[in-house]
Amino acid sequence: MIEVQHLCKTFRVARRGAGFGQAVKTLFHREYEEVKALDDVSFSISEGEMVGYIGPNGAGKSSTIKILSGILTPDSGVCSINGRIPWKNRTAHVKDIGVVFGQRTQLWWDVPVIDSYELLKDIYSISEDTYQANLEELTSLLNLSELLKTPARQLSLGQRMRCEIAASLLHSPKILFLDEPTIGLDAVSKLAVRDFIVKCNEKYRTTVILTTHDMQDIEALTDRIILIGKGKILLDGTLDDIPGADRGLDQAVADLYRRFRI
Amino acid sequence: MRKYLSFFRIRFSMGLQYRAAAAAGIVTQFVWGGMEVLVFRAFYRADPGAFPMTLQATCSYIWLQQAFLALFMAWLMENEIFDCIKNGNVSYEMCRPMDIYTMWFTRSAANRISKAVLRCMPILLAAGFLPAPYGMTLPVSPKAAVLFLTGMLLGFLVVVAFCMLVYVVTFFTISPDGVRMVAVSAVELLAGSIIPLPFFPDSVRTVLELLPFASMQNVPLRIYSGDLAGEAAVLALALQVFWLAVLVLLGKLLMRRAEKKITVQGG
Repeated sequence: MIEVQHLCKTFRVARRGAGFGQAVKTLFHREYEEVKALDDVSFSISEGEMVGYIGPNGAGKSSTIKILSGILTPDSGVCSINGRIPWKNRTAHVKDIGVVFGQRTQLWWDVPVIDSYELLKDIYSISEDTYQANLEELTSLLNLSELLKTPARQLSLGQRMRCEIAASLLHSPKILFLDEPTIGLDAVSKLAVRDFIVKCNEKYRTTVILTTHDMQDIEALTDRIILIGKGKILLDGTLDDIPGADRGLDQAVADLYRRFRI
Repeated sequence: MRKYLSFFRIRFSMGLQYRAAAAAGIVTQFVWGGMEVLVFRAFYRADPGAFPMTLQATCSYIWLQQAFLALFMAWLMENEIFDCIKNGNVSYEMCRPMDIYTMWFTRSAANRISKAVLRCMPILLAAGFLPAPYGMTLPVSPKAAVLFLTGMLLGFLVVVAFCMLVYVVTFFTISPDGVRMVAVSAVELLAGSIIPLPFFPDSVRTVLELLPFASMQNVPLRIYSGDLAGEAAVLALALQVFWLAVLVLLGKLLMRRAEKKITVQGG
């Protein structure tokens, strides 16, 4: 159960124009701009739900995920996940969640993937039986058997992504945050990952929150979507609530972004 | 505890992987040590009475320092930690049910120990076979040996705790370069890695010996060479414990503040 109420987060960004003159000017006078990454965001997600969290670049999707996973502390607002406040009880909270950041890596670069997994096993205190069972299942579902003995640095982006997803699920998390998990995947891997997420949700009732720009991900995975733009929640509903969704989701979502001027 | 141990293990085994780097390090340190010995020999020839330590003690100091360089050099910091703060990969570190300070402390310690293990033996052996007074002697007494080992462990932990401060400060400054350069230069000079602390003028030395930098390599190396003994040695160990506590506490406090106001770089 995820409860979010009136979450706000601002970032201070230093801005300047291009060129040498501007660079010298900022030596003496620096202009900061407050960017509202989240502006009064509220929603609630019940156990076992799959939610697509969409919005244009810089809308505040990743910031939300980072607050929910205990990495960022919001300026104001309430957030409770299974009774815990993520940023206050960070270590207890993160035991129950799995996070995949599509553009980052959690695998140790120079050692075979399986070594990173063994480390995660100890970090999350996963019992031997659970670890073996999960590893076996993940290996077959995500087709990893060839990859486990390879150092992470020698994997292609898509191969690594599959390994990353498996790494985030070894400890059987109750909640899964996926921040653009299908970045760089080929068609086969993409389908495999989607399939896998659906299975996870059906079998273990894992709550899944997914941000993506790939509308097919949304179509294949989630019933509910939350649309965020410029830090505000603009729409919380189902795919049918998007006007013109039947004519092609990409076009419909682009129209929606335009309508909201985000 | 177990998770930190296995964290130690993976970093340690990664450090053991780089054989060519270790071989190159051994050669460099041997040549460097030899050069230092020659320089001091020239000085001592001019007037042996003018120096606070005997040439033999100074040579032991130098060889021991070269052998355990990886334990005590401040510049041996973890670039991955700086990178992960700078590019935002720290997100994943924060998703682990672990205390970040302890996790990074373990990691830095493991890296240093793995490097030292690979490098110390050949240097110690070779230095042991050099003719007196240019080589290394055994510790003056069994008691000195025990004091030396204690001092080495404490000094090593003080170094790691000091480097932890530099990592944590990077959360606030984003670029590690400035702080790192100042910190490393300060340690080089004030910890006695360029010249042993007894060689400083008395008035300066009295102050230097109280600073945290003197609680690093200065204590074990001087105990080993017999320059620091008896009550003075025990006092120096106590000061090491004090600085270790202060640095760890300060680091943890700063880390807690950093965690509250952290910004993840790069989206």
